Amino acid sequence: MLDIRLYMLQRITAMIMAPLTLGHIAVMIYAIQGGLSSAEILGRTQGSVMWFLFYGTFVVAVSVHAAIGLRVIVAETFKMAGFALSVLTWSLCLIFLFMGARAVMAVTML
Amino acid sequence: MSSEQEKMDVSVWRGDAQSGKFEHFEVPAQESQTILDVVSWIQQNQDPTLSYRYACRVGMCGSCAMMVNGVPRWTCRTHVNKVLDGNKLEVGPLRNLPVIKDLATDMDVFFDKWVAAEGLHHPTKSREEPIEQITSDSAERMEANAGIECINCSICYAACDTVTGNPDYLGPAALQRAWTVYNDAKDADKQVVLDAVSGVGGCLNCHSQGSCSLHCPNDLNPMNAIAGLKRASAASFFRRRR
Repeated sequence: MLDIRLYMLQRITAMIMAPLTLGHIAVMIYAIQGGLSSAEILGRTQGSVMWFLFYGTFVVAVSVHAAIGLRVIVAETFKMAGFALSVLTWSLCLIFLFMGARAVMAVTML
Repeated sequence: MSSEQEKMDVSVWRGDAQSGKFEHFEVPAQESQTILDVVSWIQQNQDPTLSYRYACRVGMCGSCAMMVNGVPRWTCRTHVNKVLDGNKLEVGPLRNLPVIKDLATDMDVFFDKWVAAEGLHHPTKSREEPIEQITSDSAERMEANAGIECINCSICYAACDTVTGNPDYLGPAALQRAWTVYNDAKDADKQVVLDAVSGVGGCLNCHSQGSCSLHCPNDLNPMNAIAGLKRASAASFFRRRR
């Protein structure tokens, strides 16, 4: 169910997600100190290549990481295997990627 | 416990691979009685058709493991007074293995997985050459020594929830054996071991729940061995891509 390729992908994406999550929380705590409205947040993020890359990388890492994790849970819980399991893994990855990309674009594109 | 009049209510699994149920027996309680003594008493005094497996009776052969009150244990070294639940005992066949009859399980799957994990000796020398010199205090030798007292009882395999969820998973005992072989200076084919344990049913599926290490009757730590295999597999993944 988990071969070395999937295992390494999940570990590497976890290593990417960890600092990005910490960065996200740190910036949030810093940014809201003086009170901040949605318009002010969007004013800083929209058109910013840096925030596009920051959250875009996070979305890609989450999509891969979560799809592999759910693949293991589904396989062990429902005894799913083979082609159906691969289809499920890819579908989950693409759904997360689509939803995440939509959110990132809404926040960072002008 | 000491009075011969005292009786225990013992439920014993009776059945085969298809079906079965627990049957109740009244067994006299005695001093220093083991679970294996209880099972043997039932077979000798109440029902000679009861099937179970044992050999050495001193915790060396790994034959007599069963589920006792839902926990996998070596029955020859488990005293009744340590596990008696009120007046009740429940004895069943090992979990995660097919039942042959009553308390005897088919351990073929378990041993086939030892071979599948390459827990075999891959010699470095021929019989004509002098034997490999072993440094007893090297880090590798200490890792190998840590798992060498495994008696193949399958208690860790029965305790493992990952085996329950994923029947292809090689299981703690086979993987610990592979880690022992991997760390043995007398073994020539480390990469063959890593390839065998990093496949679809390999060490990477372990969730580190630790039931193997918790229930091992010899206090071994298969979870640590599996963690070692994961590290070695990850390192090998990068090495091969350079």
